[in-house]
Amino acid sequence: MNQNVAALLPETFLAAAAVCGLLAGSWLPRHRQWAVAALAAAACLAGIAATGHTMATGREQTVFDTTFAVDAPTNAGRLTVLTALLLVVAMSAESLRGHKRESEYYVLLLLTGTGTLVLIGADDLLTLFAGYLLASIPAYALAGFAKDAHGTEAALKYYLFGALLGTVMLAGVALLYAAAGATGYRTLRDGLPGADPALVAAGLVAVLAGLLFKAGAVPAHFWVPDVTEGAAPPVAAYVTTLPKVGALIAGYRLLHQALPGCGVDWPLLLAVLAAASMTWGNLAAFFQTDAKRLLAYSTISQIGYLLMALSVATHTDLAQRALLLYLAAYALTNLGAFAVVTALPQARSLDDYRGLAGRRPGLAAVLLVCLLGLVGTPPTGVFLGKLEIFTAAVDGGRTWLAAVAVANTVASLFYYLRWLAPVFRPGGTQRHAVTGRVTVGTAYVAGTGSLLLGLAGGAVLPLTTGPLLG
Amino acid sequence: MLTVVTFLPLLACAVLALLPRAVRVPDRVCSWVWIATAAADLALVIAVWVRFDPHGGLQYEQRARWMPGAGVSYHVGVDGLSLPLVAMVCVLFLAAAVHMLRETRRVRALACLFLFLQTVGVGLFVALDLILFFVFFDLSIVGMYVVIAGWGHGERARAAALKFFLYTFVGSLALLLGFIGLYLAADPHTFDLVELTRSNPLAGQGLYAGLVLLAVGAGLAVKTPTVPLHTWLPPAHTEAPAAGSAILAGVLLKMGTYGFVRIAMPLLPGSWRQYAPVFVVVGVVSVVYGALVALAQTDLKRMIAYTSVNHMGYVVLAIGAAGSLAGSDAQARSLAVTGAVVQMVSHGLLTGALFLLTGVLYDRGGTYALDAYSGLAAHTPRFAAATGVAAFASLGIPGFSGFVAEFQIFTGSLASQAAATGIALLGILLSAALFLRALRSLFLGPPRLPAGIPLSGLADLRTREAAATYPLLVLALVIGVLPRFLLDVVEPAGRSVTELVAR
Repeated sequence: MNQNVAALLPETFLAAAAVCGLLAGSWLPRHRQWAVAALAAAACLAGIAATGHTMATGREQTVFDTTFAVDAPTNAGRLTVLTALLLVVAMSAESLRGHKRESEYYVLLLLTGTGTLVLIGADDLLTLFAGYLLASIPAYALAGFAKDAHGTEAALKYYLFGALLGTVMLAGVALLYAAAGATGYRTLRDGLPGADPALVAAGLVAVLAGLLFKAGAVPAHFWVPDVTEGAAPPVAAYVTTLPKVGALIAGYRLLHQALPGCGVDWPLLLAVLAAASMTWGNLAAFFQTDAKRLLAYSTISQIGYLLMALSVATHTDLAQRALLLYLAAYALTNLGAFAVVTALPQARSLDDYRGLAGRRPGLAAVLLVCLLGLVGTPPTGVFLGKLEIFTAAVDGGRTWLAAVAVANTVASLFYYLRWLAPVFRPGGTQRHAVTGRVTVGTAYVAGTGSLLLGLAGGAVLPLTTGPLLG
Repeated sequence: MLTVVTFLPLLACAVLALLPRAVRVPDRVCSWVWIATAAADLALVIAVWVRFDPHGGLQYEQRARWMPGAGVSYHVGVDGLSLPLVAMVCVLFLAAAVHMLRETRRVRALACLFLFLQTVGVGLFVALDLILFFVFFDLSIVGMYVVIAGWGHGERARAAALKFFLYTFVGSLALLLGFIGLYLAADPHTFDLVELTRSNPLAGQGLYAGLVLLAVGAGLAVKTPTVPLHTWLPPAHTEAPAAGSAILAGVLLKMGTYGFVRIAMPLLPGSWRQYAPVFVVVGVVSVVYGALVALAQTDLKRMIAYTSVNHMGYVVLAIGAAGSLAGSDAQARSLAVTGAVVQMVSHGLLTGALFLLTGVLYDRGGTYALDAYSGLAAHTPRFAAATGVAAFASLGIPGFSGFVAEFQIFTGSLASQAAATGIALLGILLSAALFLRALRSLFLGPPRLPAGIPLSGLADLRTREAAATYPLLVLALVIGVLPRFLLDVVEPAGRSVTELVAR
């Protein structure tokens, strides 16, 4: 049995930084608690370096009795998650400075980040569920971190939903275990085809329920707008980005490794969920006037596009790179938009952004790149992701789903333009005081990254290809 | 070389945009940087033209790895189809820059935007990779949206801009689906136009090829625009500033028709032949419907916008006829394609000039309503003469480029599509009627101006306005009288497209 802990260095770094941060936070005076933020950032950077090393030396493997796979999707997912976490830490730094629970904030962030990494590599239903819990529970606390009315409501909704669907997911794990007599994906792959299809279907739907909750996809999306609006902007940026990366890669691995040929028509189920998610998210976003709420619904529709890749997971080899590339591009672009929201704490409604281009041309440019990027305008990263996902869908025999996605893309343009139009209109209120330089810089980095990912997609694509292990 | 031509304006745009705000650049400097860049770009294109070998196929090719994993490369080049259009684009952008010399509203941003659009316009016509083509296709929509919304005529302009964006964005995504269909059919998967043309991946694929043509055709038809997908055009034109309208009509509409000749015909020859009658019918309907609706307009700019639908209809008719093998020989079909390309160039020059002149009228009178003006010829002889020449040239009078184009289109189409060509001839008659009506109402009769504007305040064409418009008309005249320099370049390319369609 391979028990190589070194294969889990990124996860270890985050967990160790969380523990050290918790201890250090208890002793550090309040004005020095920023050290924990620095520690968190260092852990992310070290994790990125470790992942880079794994990729460069080709040390793909499965560890701990094939309960955890370190392969191409894991590595690509780690890079995305750690980079995104780094950006979240950076955009939190100034708004959290001097907060009386500053170090706890970063500890929670690191813990839920660890959970997300576990989700990505999980090659066993029990590891998957452990990752789910580790990613979820600190996030509930983060949602209500400000202890205000909105935050508390958000945390409560998030928690109730998460607890309910987590239980359902655990029941699903039990059902699949009953069907195949094991929880490892490899054993499931061999055992499930011979099992009762109804049992498998029930188990699969229940497990997917938990993952859909993490991803914020229809029908488990009801918490997304409230949490995004109620939580502080960096936390909102976190909950709409990282858990989605974790849940989608986990879902892809589960479907691709454990359930090919199990007799349940899950590709159709996912295609329907994808169509429902993108359509519902778009329709609900149409007439939102609150910037964060608009972004929340936009993330629901983005999940729809991402689920397209899952629905053709076993039909085409293009699905994996489409999913991983889109996730990376989406994470950067979405964080860029949220970084702008974080940088302008007084601007809440879309009208508050009026005249931004005149006063803060840099932030307006980031917003332009990120919102048009979310539509899928070339040459941003999301365009490349969309191109790959549409290609995968057509290649996987789901042309109708690609057509639905195209219609939704057009529809989404409408509400993104509703936000962009006031930005470039002169006049407006003076609500454009910025949080600070680091936050603005984070916005620049994320916006530039989202553009570069499209232009230099050729360099990134090879990182997303490689076989799944286990 | 082509990379320089394409990205030179973008470079100037970046320099203007990235100058720190502390550096107050005077508006005049911005305007002159803009003009100088456009002129330099035109000079480069002329240099390309001089060294261009008409019988050499694709030239000045450059190919670089961009995203090998996704089958995308940076691949540019020109042949006889694209070179005249690239030259036309550069001429038109220079004219627009000169026309906007006295603009006072956010000049730096406007100059940046037009320079950006110039890169997009040139880039699209030199692109030899479907994704590169699509990138420019989509960015043109974004750029034009900002021009209309930001510099158009008020609140209605924003609505028109949104309609324009949504409408053409649907088209561009349909196009993308079609491209994906082509990509997946090719083995190995690639978006490269040259390779796809060579391998003809969809030969004999029946329904699949038909669906791909439907997606590509619908996407391009929105942009062209043809009836019934044209409804975004009149409001967009009416609300856009004059130079924006000129670019929209001269450059953006050509992206649709050029796409047919460059992508749909050579890459999908089988389905193109099969569905050629559809394009013929759409073309004829656009011709007649566009002219009829233009005849009913009371707003000058709207009227010109509808004549664009009419003129693009001729192009669609010609390329449809080029796909009808029965009853025609290769020479007739190649004549039709050549006519279509010449029509694109001609329409760009003439309609560009007309829209710039309309801008002058709006500048003086504040409205486009035809019945608000009368007898202008007495006070503004130069303006009247220029508008008259542009209108007559546009309706296809011999001696101007429009005649050369339409004559070739009709001669090339007559053999295989006699009935359709006969009906399309009606369009010429109708456009003659509508232009004459407009000219009479504007320039003849007792002098009259919109309420509140004294006749004494009516100024004739100023130097910069003349400098923007006259060269366009002179070029149209040169093409009309001495068309060989253009036809020598277009004809070999037209022949090779015809051969590709017939294979």
